[in-house]
Amino acid sequence: MKLPALFSLPALDLSWARIAAVFLKELVQMRRDKLTFGIMVAMPIVQLILFGYAINTDPRHMPAVIEMREDGPLTRAFLASLHASSYVDIVAIVTTADEADRMLRSGEANFIISIPEGFERRLVRGETPQILLAADASDPIAAGGAIAAIERVAQQAFAPSFQGPLSGLARAPPPYEIVVHRRFNPAGESAFNIVPALLGIILTMTMVMITSISLTRESERGTMENLLATPVRPIEVMIGKTTPYIAIGAIQVGIVLVMATFLFRIPFTGSPLAFTLGTALFIFANLMLGYLISTIARTQMQAMQTTFFVFLPSILMSGFMFPFKAMPHWAQWIGEALPITHFLRIVREVVLKEAGLADIVNDLGPLALITLVLAGFALLRFRSTLD
Amino acid sequence: MSDELVIDVTGLTKSFGARKVVDNFDLKVPRGAIYGFLGPNGSGKTTTIRMVCGLLKPEAGQGRVLGFDVLHESLRIKERVGYMTQKFSLYEDLSIRENLEFIARLYGLDRRKARVDHALEDLGLAERQTQLAGKLSGGWKQRLALAACMIHEPEVLLLDEPTAGVDPKARRDFWDAIRRYAAQGVTTLVSTHYMDEAVQCDSIAYIAYGKKLLDSHTADIPKQIGLSAWRIEGRPLIDVQHALEADPRVELVARFGAAIHACAREPVPLEAAVRSRASGASACGDQQNRGRLR
Ligand SMILES: Nc1ncnc2c1ncn2[C@@H]1O[C@H](COP(=O)(O)OP(=O)(O)O)[C@@H](O)[C@H]1O
Ligand SMILES: [Mg+2]
Repeated sequence: MKLPALFSLPALDLSWARIAAVFLKELVQMRRDKLTFGIMVAMPIVQLILFGYAINTDPRHMPAVIEMREDGPLTRAFLASLHASSYVDIVAIVTTADEADRMLRSGEANFIISIPEGFERRLVRGETPQILLAADASDPIAAGGAIAAIERVAQQAFAPSFQGPLSGLARAPPPYEIVVHRRFNPAGESAFNIVPALLGIILTMTMVMITSISLTRESERGTMENLLATPVRPIEVMIGKTTPYIAIGAIQVGIVLVMATFLFRIPFTGSPLAFTLGTALFIFANLMLGYLISTIARTQMQAMQTTFFVFLPSILMSGFMFPFKAMPHWAQWIGEALPITHFLRIVREVVLKEAGLADIVNDLGPLALITLVLAGFALLRFRSTLD
Repeated sequence: MSDELVIDVTGLTKSFGARKVVDNFDLKVPRGAIYGFLGPNGSGKTTTIRMVCGLLKPEAGQGRVLGFDVLHESLRIKERVGYMTQKFSLYEDLSIRENLEFIARLYGLDRRKARVDHALEDLGLAERQTQLAGKLSGGWKQRLALAACMIHEPEVLLLDEPTAGVDPKARRDFWDAIRRYAAQGVTTLVSTHYMDEAVQCDSIAYIAYGKKLLDSHTADIPKQIGLSAWRIEGRPLIDVQHALEADPRVELVARFGAAIHACAREPVPLEAAVRSRASGASACGDQQNRGRLR
């Protein structure tokens, strides 16, 4: 084949043939490495499907608790419209402030819509009554979206009622006032949300990555054969290989705590015991996840790629970057299976929402379960022979 | 040596993909024997040894090592067997001492420090104990690997080409060590492709393409094959070699260093051929055919 002078590699002492040789060799190697190839193909497909549908910056289906102090035709119409709206999911209708507060604290609801006594009477009289909206601002992005949405919903909700004799109320500004309370993070500072959450991201990244190469490195260097020739048991290898990293995790936690306190001035409001327990369990879960990867991957390179494959959903589907409750249900289920999702809830509740041990059992339980399942799979996957 | 069989496996078979790498392999090694395992590269020696110590699952066959089932009791076997891998498989980023202590801990040994010290003395590694294993030369790595697989005082040693790529002095030292252990009652299965090492063994099993072709006491092998051999020395040998190769009475001519080996099944025509072709060189026959030619 004759190539234009520009491509005349012989002048540079290069050869198309050698380049082709290398290129083809790489192609062959790539095809042989089924896992890497699979991940490279699956990555864009899976990630696009997951994140393209799961992530929604226009949050919908935010769980709300309604605190009803009044029961009349207007409030009932308002409630019906809320029900019909895709922005909010009414998870409960309660009559006391305590109950609503508890649900907000536990994360069952992301905000409280509170309709005070005498609302209708004052509305009809044109006294501009208040609707109280208390939003959980420990995640400011989710809270901001919810607040904007609720104002739209209220407008739509009352519109059908403001007809006939009440048509005078169909005006702007509306004949009521929405008073917003940002709870747990009054200034709506995103650092309050991001910094504790970053602890989760950092721990996921490092713990999973370090342990994911623990077995593949042995196989690659040939030391696995010697290890397997000794009477060491799979669970001993697992424990022995992962525990050293608990110390590294503890150091990272310490660094983040110090920076959060002195640099970002984040108040630590909850129980230190709950925090320690939640963090320790989260570190275990990540170590087991990494170890499981190392029983599946055959090379360190594959282990790294698989780690990354887990890492992206941990960022995008855990409630770290986008409101968890705004994702579709199937995406929430995937999120529930990720250790970091539970850890994020635990740190937000403990650091910003004054939570104690009792408040986080809802997330400690799943975290413990995930850890056990991962450890079980890793032990099943461990190859005690070189087959 | 006693009649008690330490390794007794039959019908071991292993395939990788569609290829049978070890085919219906039997081996019986009595206590205290040094058993040589001979065969060209890729013939299945490593695979067989791995099946014997439980590192690979045979797809057919069964057997016992020290009375324990190779299929179901490999942990019991691993506790009592020392396996030296063909490729150095200790940690290059640990020191000699750290490697030995690691192995000693894995076997749950008491008096760990004393044992490690003893192993270091025994193999002449005491002065180098803090050196990283990765920085050692081939001969020293091999000593370390032997020390590591002896540290738990195993009853059986499985050595996979332990002297490959090692200088002659280190090889001699290594074999001295093996004979010392054998004298203490340790049973050894050692694979090699050096003929001169194979003849130091009490028995030899020869494997090629996964099939065992030969298995007997070393001294009986020439008789068993029915091959006579003459060893021819002197200079210049190249003409003698060509002449012998051209002679139909000689079946095989091979060069061994400064000597030629001429082999054939029929001793009388072979002797005639050697006498006529190798005049001027010195030659001697094999055990059965001790005639000298001068
Ligand atoms: N894990 C494996 N996967 C695939 N083929 C293997 C594997 N181990 C060994 N083989 C093949 O089996 C054959 C026998 O290998 P091996 O037992 O190492 O022979 P030897 O030790 O006698 O040189 C070789 O052709 C080798 O390529
Ligand atoms: Mg081999």
